[in-house]
Amino acid sequence: MLIYAVKRLAYMLPVAVGVSIVCFLLVHIAPGDPLTAVLPSDASAELQAQMRAVYGFDRPLPVQYGLWAWRVLHGDFGASIATGRPVAGELANAVVNSLILAAVATLIGFFFGTLFGVVAGYFRGSLIDRLCSTLSVLGVSVPHYWLGMVLVIIFSVELGWLPATGGGPGGSAGRSFDWAYLQYLLLPAITMSVIPMGIVARTLRALVGDILNQEFISALGAKGLDHAGIFRHVVKNAAPTAFAVMGLQLGYLLGGSILIETVFAWPGTGFLLNAAIFQRDLPLLQGTILVLALFFVGVNLMVDIVQTAVDPRMQRA
Amino acid sequence: MTAATAADIPVAAIARSPGYWSGVIRRLARDPVAMVALAVIVGLVLMAILAPYLAPNDPAKGMMLRRLKPVGFPGFPLGTDELGRDMLSRLIHGARLSLLMGVTPVPIAFVIGAAIGITAGYVGGLTNTLIMRTVDVFYAFPSVLLAVALSGALGAGLTNALVSLTLVFVPPIARVAESVTTQVRNLDYVDAARASGAPAFTIVRVHVLGNVLGPVFVYATSLVSVSMILASGLSFLGLGVRPPEPEWGLMLNTLRTAIYTQPLVAALPGVMIFITSIAFNMFSDGLRGAMDVKS
Repeated sequence: MLIYAVKRLAYMLPVAVGVSIVCFLLVHIAPGDPLTAVLPSDASAELQAQMRAVYGFDRPLPVQYGLWAWRVLHGDFGASIATGRPVAGELANAVVNSLILAAVATLIGFFFGTLFGVVAGYFRGSLIDRLCSTLSVLGVSVPHYWLGMVLVIIFSVELGWLPATGGGPGGSAGRSFDWAYLQYLLLPAITMSVIPMGIVARTLRALVGDILNQEFISALGAKGLDHAGIFRHVVKNAAPTAFAVMGLQLGYLLGGSILIETVFAWPGTGFLLNAAIFQRDLPLLQGTILVLALFFVGVNLMVDIVQTAVDPRMQRA
Repeated sequence: MTAATAADIPVAAIARSPGYWSGVIRRLARDPVAMVALAVIVGLVLMAILAPYLAPNDPAKGMMLRRLKPVGFPGFPLGTDELGRDMLSRLIHGARLSLLMGVTPVPIAFVIGAAIGITAGYVGGLTNTLIMRTVDVFYAFPSVLLAVALSGALGAGLTNALVSLTLVFVPPIARVAESVTTQVRNLDYVDAARASGAPAFTIVRVHVLGNVLGPVFVYATSLVSVSMILASGLSFLGLGVRPPEPEWGLMLNTLRTAIYTQPLVAALPGVMIFITSIAFNMFSDGLRGAMDVKS
């Protein structure tokens, strides 16, 4: 098992390096000179060269990458071009906000997804199966940013129950986990939970159906085990996959939250990314994307290792 | 000699294939959900093509005096937008850019991804490792993040959005193509063809493509719905089509402030995206069943 974990880690490292190279190169595929954002348009050639040296843009690309990677490894993502503040500080707060949103959304989605998926898998072909399957198709097909708008229209504009946008009464850094805070979290989290709900429901429906068709289930039934006992066996067999899907969804939601965070003005990474793009703040863009992508890579690795530890059948290598 | 054998084999393959494809079509035609989905897709495409004839008004002509009129306003059955432009006409015209942006990346990514995946899977060895590790790097990004990162770096615009979305879908398609190709490559009849002296290109064309393209195609169709949502999402963020072009995602963005005054009108463009996305998802599900491909 340990050997397997080390193997997976060794396999992930090159991917992580590759991810960092892609993030680094993002700045260089961007059209235009990154300095135009900081310098006045009539800056002298001398000043331009000076600033170029300050940001290190005058070095060859591999050297620039090496220096950048070295600094990033030490937690230094450079300074935001727009605000001049260190990117790392802006990121830390935003990542926490995004993580809270993504984690709550994953939990809600996982709960309902499991419920619908297991029920549909148990009663394959029944009316309730078709209802659950339809719900999960709707869940994966809905443009979630639009669903967010619709929920705002219903619960904020028409009913006035919940606030439409914002990150809580304390602003972007104030988190207190009381109702005053949670009511800001509720709508974006529900909107976001629709994605994992659909995917978890689909996966579990297929999984539970497959497990019920296996011989050991008939054997359990033949030896006289009651429904609850058989159900326990089904749960035991389905759980590793279900939790793996849940873990992957958490990583995916954190990386893909930009649209929902924009709709709800949630002060997370997506909001930061949006600002970085429109202010052409390339260090901020680079840092945010790198952190989100590496988080996704890390979650994938952890899911892989944990899943194999729980279920040795998964061990492929 | 090889040329003669190579010419013989496809004849046999073609003689067998009509049975399979007519079976697929027959099964698909018997699936009411898939047929309804197909009808919706055809309807949307027709709407896009015939937009200038169907739209009652000019989608670009606005008037400040008739801004944000409700659904059912005389002369404007679906109301007007924040610049007083006819919503119905804009939704009809919006199908053009929205479908173009949402659908095109997938077939392009299908061709590129399948080529990469089949090459990696068939050649194997070091080539496979190099190609697939590179694909893994791009696969390591959540799709929304990669699309936003690429189009954010490239800058807003239709072409850049199309390029970004295509790049997002190449890695997953390449992975599916690679894994199916690797399975097929190790089958006995491919060994037999190689032993009989058939060149690599012929083996791929005759034995591999027919077995690989089906599952990869089904997988690709399931991505169209994702692509629609992502494409409109990019426009929603201001990274896709630029105003004043009618595009559903962009319309949703510009109407966001109208949720307090005309909520129904503001939500309409999203309904179009939703319908399109469901239709492609359901058709893809039907196709998967009809072609008997395991997910």
